[in-house]
This record gives sequence, structure tokens and C-alpha cells, in this order.
Amino acid sequence: MTTTAPGGKTRAVDQATQALHRGYLRQMLLIRRFEEKTGEAYSLGKIGGFCHLYIGQEAVAVGAMATLRPDDHVITAYREHGQALARGLSARSVMAELYGKATGSSGGKGGSMHIFDAAKGFLGGHGIVGSHIPLAAGVAFAHKYRGGDQVCLCFFGEAAANIGAFHETLNMAELWDLPVVFVIENNGYGMGTAVARAAAITNFADRGAAYGMASEQVDGQNVLTVREAFDRAVARARKQSKPTLLEIKTYRYVGHSMSDAAHGTYRSKEEVDQYRQKDPIAILEDLMRAAGYWDDARHQALDAEVMAEVADSVTFAEESPDPDPSALFRDVYAEEGHT
Amino acid sequence: MATLTYRDALNQALREEMLRDDRVFLMGEEVAQYDGAYKVSRGLLKEFGPRRVVDTPIAELGFTGIGVGAAMVGLRPIIEMMTWNFALLAIDQIVNSAAKMRYMSGGQIGMPIVFRGPGGAALQLAAQHSQAFESWYAHIPGLKVVAPATPADAKGLLKASIRDDNPVVFIEGEMLYNLKGEVPEDDHVVPIGVADIKRAGKDVTIICHSKTVGPALKAAEALAAEGIDAEVIDLRSIRPLDTETILNSVGKTNRCVVAEEGWAFAGVGAQVVDTIQREAFDSLDAPILRVTGADVPMPYNKHLERAAKVDASKIQDAAKKVLYL
Ligand SMILES: Cc1ncc(C[n+]2csc(CCOP(=O)(O)OP(=O)(O)O)c2C)c(N)n1
Ligand SMILES: [Mg+2]
Repeated sequence: MTTTAPGGKTRAVDQATQALHRGYLRQMLLIRRFEEKTGEAYSLGKIGGFCHLYIGQEAVAVGAMATLRPDDHVITAYREHGQALARGLSARSVMAELYGKATGSSGGKGGSMHIFDAAKGFLGGHGIVGSHIPLAAGVAFAHKYRGGDQVCLCFFGEAAANIGAFHETLNMAELWDLPVVFVIENNGYGMGTAVARAAAITNFADRGAAYGMASEQVDGQNVLTVREAFDRAVARARKQSKPTLLEIKTYRYVGHSMSDAAHGTYRSKEEVDQYRQKDPIAILEDLMRAAGYWDDARHQALDAEVMAEVADSVTFAEESPDPDPSALFRDVYAEEGHT
Repeated sequence: MATLTYRDALNQALREEMLRDDRVFLMGEEVAQYDGAYKVSRGLLKEFGPRRVVDTPIAELGFTGIGVGAAMVGLRPIIEMMTWNFALLAIDQIVNSAAKMRYMSGGQIGMPIVFRGPGGAALQLAAQHSQAFESWYAHIPGLKVVAPATPADAKGLLKASIRDDNPVVFIEGEMLYNLKGEVPEDDHVVPIGVADIKRAGKDVTIICHSKTVGPALKAAEALAAEGIDAEVIDLRSIRPLDTETILNSVGKTNRCVVAEEGWAFAGVGAQVVDTIQREAFDSLDAPILRVTGADVPMPYNKHLERAAKVDASKIQDAAKKVLYL
């Protein structure tokens, strides 16, 4: 298809690229609709515990996962529904986990903060801020130990970059040339604490320099920019066995968790509205529209498709059984004590 | 059988398991070039190279987490704590990551890892370097806790721990490293969760583990000279606890003393006493007594330190008390 871009210049976007963009859009929209539905189900008391939504940050997970192979690994924090979906876990298995059902990705024992899928290389869902950062280096250590070229992506919030585990791990990852990408999703806040109130250096990418680690600051609202940054970082890990620190600038449109309002004590409605203007889904759709391969009709069709997928996941979760009572004592220890 | 020190028995276990399974590696501070802070890993760097014997920076939280991450994808790390006092910086990884991984992933992610190093007091190392933490880890479902007292058990239990598919907290005794004893040749594996009757007797049961086994045996000898026949049970594993051996013994002797190096409050002995009163209340002829470290941070002064520690005479006194002598 040939189109006239805003600058008046004619440029071609090939079919493969169009399909790629449509795929990213679909994933982002699926995450958005999934999270909206999760919020609703939470309010209805269908989902319990702590529950952190990813609305506003969709481009980060989608752009990142697009660079991975099936045998790579992903490890992340508690705001991980979107990352799980982008990594290819089904909406059914994630929603069923939020419902605590036996069909959930962790059999109902993990919940919102502990989504795992070993077969997809999705290693959780961790709830202690920053504690999974060393685990990522350990996964990468194992890749290197075995002589493979897999990569481990590690997602965490900017507030986690103030914790000791972050610094200890970056030092060792660079010292030992581990194939890992550390992804700081800088959404501006750790709960209600704005970055500037918690970090002596608010430009988190600069922290790579303390360990001699390659680092980059990336616009996290444009999925294509995100994808390109991850292409570089993942290639560095895979081909040179070197770590990278990526600081992805993003924003969450919703509260820290379901118990926190979108705005109020620590940020204003105006601020949230301002960031809403940089919605990652709208940014990609505008680009596709401008290039002539997107329009309202196609948007509506896609939206209906993902809404149906989300609705199906809710039905599935509702109808799935709770774990059998015997599950309580299962998986505390390995069944077979020895190998 | 060869006579070996506890240190060399551990070294043999490490070496044999590393030869047996390429997934096994050793990581920690000073484990490689320095040959180990307590020389437990002597010669391993030379034999296995830096891929499998890995020196780390002083970053307990970080390298323990790296071990846990490697275990998540199927390696079998052995993480050495220079001493268990320093593992407090890593306890988040042991408790929040390692112990929970299998459960919170619905059984998808295994955790075949050993955390090992010396625990308890040595001599005059004062408050921060003289602590026994067995009960801290034994409190946690998902962990196994092992604390051998002899060279043979050290070797056999370390081999079992390395082969175990669960996270094992393996607490050695700094004061035991030079202890000599006979160690079976070949593939000597001691199953986790099985206590050992170190001395059979019929009048009173003394339950102990790790560094209190020596004093307990000494106390038993002194009691024998007074005509009292004590049975000494070495728990060897704190979790899982071998309740069967404990209950059989108390069923026979009807009297019991529980000794441990650590503090009394919520200690290992508290769990043992709870088990006995629940399962064998009717066989008791006297309240169970506990002999523990004094309820204070460890003092430096050697006389004060001695007063704070468990010794044979304290165990002997307690045994006589439960016999109303
Ligand atoms: C060690 C630890 N301290 C405190 C908390 C409570 N807590 C959960 S999330 C959070 C904020 C973290 O913010 P950030 O890392 O920026 O991630 P975000 O929530 O913004 O995605 C806090 C304080 C925790 N889970 N773990
Ligand atoms: Mg944040």
C-alpha cells in the first residue's frame, strides 16, 4: 500500500509491517480491555488480594516481548497481567488465576501477583519489590552456564531501582557478562511516592554507568520505539552475552492498586489527563491511520474481537472449579525427594 | 572406612556430587581462589574451573538470588554462606523466593538448591558472629533444614541435600570442621529426615543436634559413671523432623532433655517438646527440660561466653533433674 504521510511524502508500508503493527495493536488493546474487565471483576468481589493494573503501560510489554524467542525467559513483578498476555499466556489462564481457579496459570495458588507459565518461559510474578532482579541474573547465569544463547528479560518499576538487590545484581551481571535485559518501567511513582521524592538520580538510565553497563532511556508510549530499543538490548545479550539497562518512560493511568484512586492525594487529575494524551494505543493507531492502513471500521472490528476474547476469559474463569481442597498441601515440597 | 575431618568429608561430598552432575556448581565469597573461608572448598577451583566454582562479591542478597534464579531453570546451585550470620542479608531470597517458588507457581517451578555454611558460635567472636539460626529456617514450609554433627553425617547429608529437589538449608558447625571421624567410602548418602541414635540407653533421652551432640555424649558418659543409662538422639535433620525416633525413645525412657545451641524462645526444642507432649503425654514421668544458649547476645569475654553456652555439665544436670536425682 502506498500512502501520503503528513509531510506530503509518499511512502510504502509493506504488508508484513502492516500485519506486525496490527498485531501489536491487538495485543495492546487486549491488555487494555483485559485490565478494564479485571478492574470491574475486582469491584464485584470476584478477584481478591492486591491487584495492580497495567493500563497506560501496554506498549512496554508488547514492544519487549516482540523481540523474544519461545525459549527465552521473562521474569517480572506484581504488575504483570499485561506482560503475561504479551508473552502469549491465554486470557483464560490469566483471568482464571485472578479468580483463584484450578484452571489458572498457577492453579489458583498464585493470584494476581504470581502468574507463572513455565512452558512459556514466564517465570512469575513476584511480590517483594526488587527481589526478582537477582533471580533474572541467575536465569541468565544458567543460560550462559549451559552454553545457550537464550536471553532473560527482567521487568520492574523505577522504585525497585532504589533497592539493594538492584545494585548488587547489576554489578554481578556486568562483571560476569550475563545475557539479561533489566527493564525499569518508570511510570513516575512507587505507590504514592513520586520519583523525585525517592531517587537522588531520577534519570535511571544513568545508573548503568555506575556498573559500566550499556543503558538507554526509551519513550515507552510508542510501541515501535520500544521494540527497537529491545531489539538492540536483546541482540546485545544474545550475540555478545552482555547485559543492558533500559529505562522505559511510561505512566499508569490508574491507581497503584485497586485500593488506590487514579488521582487524589499524590497526583492531580490534570496530570493524569495530560498523560492520557500520550496513550500508547492511540499513538500506534494514529500512525497506522496516517499511513492509510487503519480506520474506524477496522478499529471497531478489532475491539469487538478482543472484547469477545476477554468476555470468554471471564466466562471460563467463572465456570472453572476452585482448586481441590487437597491442593492445599500439594507443591510445598517436590513429590520425589531425590533425583 | 577412612578417617576424615568434618571439613574434608564436606569437601568430598562437594567433589563427588560435582563429578556426578554437571548441573551442580558452587558459588559464594572466597570459595574459589581462596579455597574457602574455612577451606571446605579446597582444591575445587583447580579441579572444576571457574565455571563451576564461582567467587562472588560481598553481596549475599544478590548472589543468593542468582542461585535461586539458576535453580528455577534447572541448575543445582550450592550457595556458600561464609557464615550464617551473613545470610540474614539473603534471608529474603531463601524465605520469599526459594521456599515459595514451587507453591506459588502451582508446582511448575522447582527449586533444587543448597544454602550451606557454618552456623553457631565459635570462640570469642561476640554477638554478631555467634548465632544459631536453625529454628528460623525450620519455621518455613518449603525449606528443609539439616545440621550434621559428625564427618560421616556431614558427607552423607550434604550429598543427599545436593540431590534433593527442594531448597535445603545446610548448617555446618564452625567448631566441628576439625572433628575427625570414620566416613564410609563409596557413595555414602544419609537420607534427610532420619535421626540417629548416637548412643543407646534406657533411663533418659537426650535430644540434640549439630554442636550439642558432642557435649550430650560427654554428659552421657558422665551419667553412666553415676549408673544412669542415657540415650542420645542426634536429630541430624530439623525439618523434616524424625518424630518416630523421638517418640520411640521417649516411650522407652519416659524422660527427656532437649539441648540446642540456639536461644530457647521458639527454638528447635520448643517444637520437639510440643511433639512429645502431644503424642506421648502418657509416657512422660517428668516434665521435659531444655538446655539452650543463654537468652542474651553472645558476650566477648571468655568466661561470660562459657556461661552463655551449652556444655556437657549443663546437659548432665538437666538429665538428673528429669530423673529427680
Ligand atoms: C520490599 C517491599 N517493600 C514494599 C512493598 C510494598 N509495595 C508494593 S509495590 C510498591 C511500589 C513499587 O513501585 P515501582 O517499583 O515503581 O513499581 P510500580 O508499582 O510503579 O509498577 C510498594 C512500596 C513491597 N511489595 N516490597
Ligand atoms: Mg513505578
